[in-house]
Amino acid sequence: MDKNFAARRRRDLIVAGALATLAALAPLFVKDVYVQNILILTLMYAALSQSWNILSGYCGQISLGHALYFGIGAYTTELLFTKFGVLPWFGMLAGGGIAALIAMGLGYPFFRLRGHYFVIATIVIAEIGLLLFQNWEWAGAAMGITIPVRGDSWLKFQFLRSKLPYFYFALGLCCLAWFVTWWLEDSKWGFWWRAVKDNPEAAESLGVVVFNSKMGAAAVSAFLVAVGGAFYAQFLAYIDPESVMGFQFSLLMALPAVLGGIGTLWGPVLGAAILIPMTELTRSYIGGSGRGVDLIVYGALIVAISLALPQGLVSLFSRAKAKNQVKNQVKGATR
Amino acid sequence: MTALLETRGVWQRFGGLVANSDVSISVGRGEIVGLIGPNGAGKSTLFNLIAGVLPPTQGSIWFDGEDVTNLPAAERCQRGVGRTFQVVKSFETMTVIDNVIVGALVRNTVMREARGKAHEVLEFTGLAARADVLASDLVPAEKRRLEVARALATEPKLLLLDEVLTGLTPTEAQTGVALVRKVRDAGITVLMVEHVMEIVMPLVDRAIVLDLGKVLVEGKPADVVRDPKVIKAYLGDRHAVGA
Amino acid sequence: MGLLYGLIAVGLALIFGLMDVTNFAHGEFLMIAMYLSFFLFAFFAIDPLLSAPLVAAAMFVFGAVVYLLIVRFAMRAKTNAGMVQIFTTFGLAIVMRGLAQFFFTPDYRSIPQSWLGGKTISFAGIFLPEPQLVGALVSIAAFAGLYFFIHRTDFGRALEATREDPGAVALVGIDKNRVFAFGWGLGAGLVGLAGAIMAVFFYIYPDVGASFALIAYVTVALGGFGSVFGAFAGGIIVGLVEAVTALMLPPSLKSVGIYAVYLLVVFIRPRGLFGSM
Ligand SMILES: Nc1ncnc2c1ncn2[C@@H]1O[C@H](COP(=O)(O)OP(=O)(O)OP(=O)(O)O)[C@@H](O)[C@H]1O
Ligand SMILES: [Mg+2]
Repeated sequence: MDKNFAARRRRDLIVAGALATLAALAPLFVKDVYVQNILILTLMYAALSQSWNILSGYCGQISLGHALYFGIGAYTTELLFTKFGVLPWFGMLAGGGIAALIAMGLGYPFFRLRGHYFVIATIVIAEIGLLLFQNWEWAGAAMGITIPVRGDSWLKFQFLRSKLPYFYFALGLCCLAWFVTWWLEDSKWGFWWRAVKDNPEAAESLGVVVFNSKMGAAAVSAFLVAVGGAFYAQFLAYIDPESVMGFQFSLLMALPAVLGGIGTLWGPVLGAAILIPMTELTRSYIGGSGRGVDLIVYGALIVAISLALPQGLVSLFSRAKAKNQVKNQVKGATR
Repeated sequence: MTALLETRGVWQRFGGLVANSDVSISVGRGEIVGLIGPNGAGKSTLFNLIAGVLPPTQGSIWFDGEDVTNLPAAERCQRGVGRTFQVVKSFETMTVIDNVIVGALVRNTVMREARGKAHEVLEFTGLAARADVLASDLVPAEKRRLEVARALATEPKLLLLDEVLTGLTPTEAQTGVALVRKVRDAGITVLMVEHVMEIVMPLVDRAIVLDLGKVLVEGKPADVVRDPKVIKAYLGDRHAVGA
Repeated sequence: MGLLYGLIAVGLALIFGLMDVTNFAHGEFLMIAMYLSFFLFAFFAIDPLLSAPLVAAAMFVFGAVVYLLIVRFAMRAKTNAGMVQIFTTFGLAIVMRGLAQFFFTPDYRSIPQSWLGGKTISFAGIFLPEPQLVGALVSIAAFAGLYFFIHRTDFGRALEATREDPGAVALVGIDKNRVFAFGWGLGAGLVGLAGAIMAVFFYIYPDVGASFALIAYVTVALGGFGSVFGAFAGGIIVGLVEAVTALMLPPSLKSVGIYAVYLLVVFIRPRGLFGSM
């Protein structure tokens, strides 16, 4: 039994390694910039969703305000870069740190709230952030910030000629978010979070400090999302409040995890791998008419998946496994 | 030697309702103490106060020689108070072993050790065969047992059992009784709430009867069941008589 | 203005607040209702004020159908039912926006000449814009009606009982789906009413719902889930706060005041002002 458990964890790690290697080789075959673009976005959303999943999936605190941390990561990086000449790498870490601090600061009042009251509070705080940035002259207000072109360089994390560096960074971030989740899943924190999600009162009686668990999850989650925001800003080379802090990001972060399987290790990656290409393809192939057909298809698919697989796409795998197990047992019995 | 647990003049009010009034009890090390009383007598409320779910309106709670009145529940667990809930509160989306690991993490920060401890406790409580089953798939009797297992994994000095034997078949109840004895033999003090007199009375060293929030009688089980005050309190409550 | 938010919120108060079903497509219900009254005006020259009952009736049917065809299934999920509801209705909202774009084009439309549009009446020396006034009156009537409905009729009791314990309700012969379908119909019908009135003085376009939806959620939550009166009070507070912030802050920041008040209220009272859930 223990062996089973260790074997499963090792298998997860091996599968992840294999997938990451495959992904790393993808650019050898994919030369089309448009497709590369989709791959980059897919990896980025997988990473974001994986990070969102830590707070909302594992710890059960549904946030629809993570756009705030995304935007903070983007703005911190670009403000530090354009105003003070701080390299984006440091800006990225600073953004992550600030986001984590803000997440914990908000945690004090927010984590007392339950259910819808909590969800709405997260939406509202992100909207406040958005509105403030839209009116903050020094930070470019609604006009945003254009990142000055300094030529291709890893130091400045800026590349004009090729998208590949962005691709590899997004891949790295995705691997990092996955690995952090994998690692925390079998740690005190991972167990605490799941316990808090399932039953906070019972958790408390077993020595789990519920409040600290939530704070920890919020900080890790916000940090990683902010790093994603910093990346996105560099990738776009231009940011404005709506395009890095809009409500749609909060949803787009949650959606892959929910469709793939909320609170699971593989859910976000699986969800993003299907959802993001689907989004981009419907947009460019049927969205051209500007008549909303892409929205209809996209929305209908979301409805269909939510209804058909409430546990997410990963439940397909576990179902298949359960069947196999039954088969094996039957075989064992007849033998 | 001081008692392991002592409540000193504890009161709990919910609005106008007095759930505990001036409750002073003490539980010595290594005892099995039964806390009985009709429905609504305030037994579960007293458990909540001892476990630190709520602070008492008035009075103080002493555990292991220290005043723990103002400590939160998690901290009391760390000091050695383990408890089960009358209404079962399993972590439904987690497996049985994972449920128990949560408890084991209090004293084992290394995962491998916590897991080992959890397996040990599952053996002890007879749940080992169900380790990889989701808690939501357990039958009620097993869920009760899981509550006990989880609490034991925290390596408590005092275990509070709230109606863990209620609603079980006679055979299941007998296994439960055996388990409680085993727990005590492992050196853990037990304070248990139970309605079914035939089951608790032979098991406990001492019984405390709570009625309308007050301690009515306290003493040897044999004396308590014969006490006219107790009989009167229970006759007023048909459930208990029927049980 | 506050009462208009109240009017949008009242339908949501029923669906979200009383039935505890998250409906992320509420704003899109509003959008559809606005288009309905626009087309009734454009093709048949029926003034929005007259067509309001028609729109409400049509939306009633629409709401009930949406529940029976889609939302019903979203509520069956055993685990993470909340997320399933959120994303099912969110997907639905996207579909509705897409459909609106497809059939109505993304153009902004407005109803140019209506009985109410742009007129004001003076009352004791204060000039009040007529549409807002009518909106306010309708809003008060709608709240009073809903309050009566929930607290004084069998349906109201059935609704509450169904939310609390669908299993027990089934035992006494109440069909959960009938009750909830009716509730959804009613909620959508109320939004229909709001849409008809708002069509008079707001531009109509496929994304219009989104801008009102969040305020409606905040209004309901501010008042507290499970309370019709709460949603009404929430509407008034939201309106007042908006008016006050408009005086102090630039127009682009006007919603900040509303959001801040929401946060303040739930920090002090985690279940909203009059909430029971
Ligand atoms: N959180 C609470 N808020 C308000 N009243 C409460 C609360 N908890 C308990 N009560 C009330 O306190 C009284 C005592 O309840 P308690 O659960 O302690 O009784 P009990 O002895 O455990 O009963 P039972 O045998 O039915 O479990 C009851 O009247 C109950 O309704
Ligand atoms: Mg009790």
